[in-house]
Amino acid sequence: MKAAVIVFPGSNCDRDMEVALTEAAGQPALRVWHKDSELPEGLDVVAIPGGFSFGDYLRCGAIGARSPIMNSVVKFAERGGLVLGVCNGFQVLTETGLLPGALMMNAGLKFVCRDVHLRVETTESPFTSAYGNGGVIRVPVAHHEGNYITDDETLAVLRGEDRIAFTYCQPDGSHGGNPNGAMADIAGILSPNRRILGMMPHPERLSDSALGGTDGKLLFRSLLDTPVPA
Amino acid sequence: MKARVFVTLKNGVLDPQGQAIAHALGSLGFDGVNDVRQGKMIEIDLDAADKAAAEETLSAMCEKLLANTVIENYRIEVL
Repeated sequence: MKAAVIVFPGSNCDRDMEVALTEAAGQPALRVWHKDSELPEGLDVVAIPGGFSFGDYLRCGAIGARSPIMNSVVKFAERGGLVLGVCNGFQVLTETGLLPGALMMNAGLKFVCRDVHLRVETTESPFTSAYGNGGVIRVPVAHHEGNYITDDETLAVLRGEDRIAFTYCQPDGSHGGNPNGAMADIAGILSPNRRILGMMPHPERLSDSALGGTDGKLLFRSLLDTPVPA
Repeated sequence: MKARVFVTLKNGVLDPQGQAIAHALGSLGFDGVNDVRQGKMIEIDLDAADKAAAEETLSAMCEKLLANTVIENYRIEVL
């Protein structure tokens, strides 16, 4: 599996992502600067990391989404490439239109930085296949704008097509524990072809026992089992 | 040519900042505040042949960058 991490000025989770992808893939993940206009050849996965691209000026992820490299990322996604956006990366993916909806300021108006529990809502995706359906995992969030919103029609489509990947929940999997007011407790969603995942929580931050947990690791391991598109 | 672009949240989109402002106004004793919605105003100085051309360029700017039309509306004012 050949993976690359996009680096914007203001990205700050790019190295964690690089380590998690490198470990899962068994070969070094590449780092791609946002000013590059082309992705390296032969990639299987592109990750857009967390942070504050361009200081999150104007709107979170808005300016990052218009960086030169993003045209190539959109084309890569349209060819069926795997794209993972975490935190600011999720915001960038909604700003490019690769994923529906938007991330608004947290309902509590505060930056939230703590572990949360997530229910794995579907294992039918290249990112979640190694998890148990309905299982509960613990990963951290660290964001000020993670309050997912979309229109009712799109929400119905996301539900109908089983494209809600993760929802916030209590440690026992019951309703609650939503840290930001996100609609329908949504923490992560999939694209129509299920090969793009955007999520606010950080699986790369709990993907090594030295970091205090490994619940995030299975996401990267799931990618290994995914066939490469023809 | 100078212009102003007003970017505001669409109706129905929850505005936590606006709600916080409304609460603060209430606690300062300003009664009768029914609702507060916060947006942003962007001032732009641009070269354009005439007002219509400026409006066309500004609309394109809004669609491509200045507004997220999933959640925001925009209004253009050429001064």
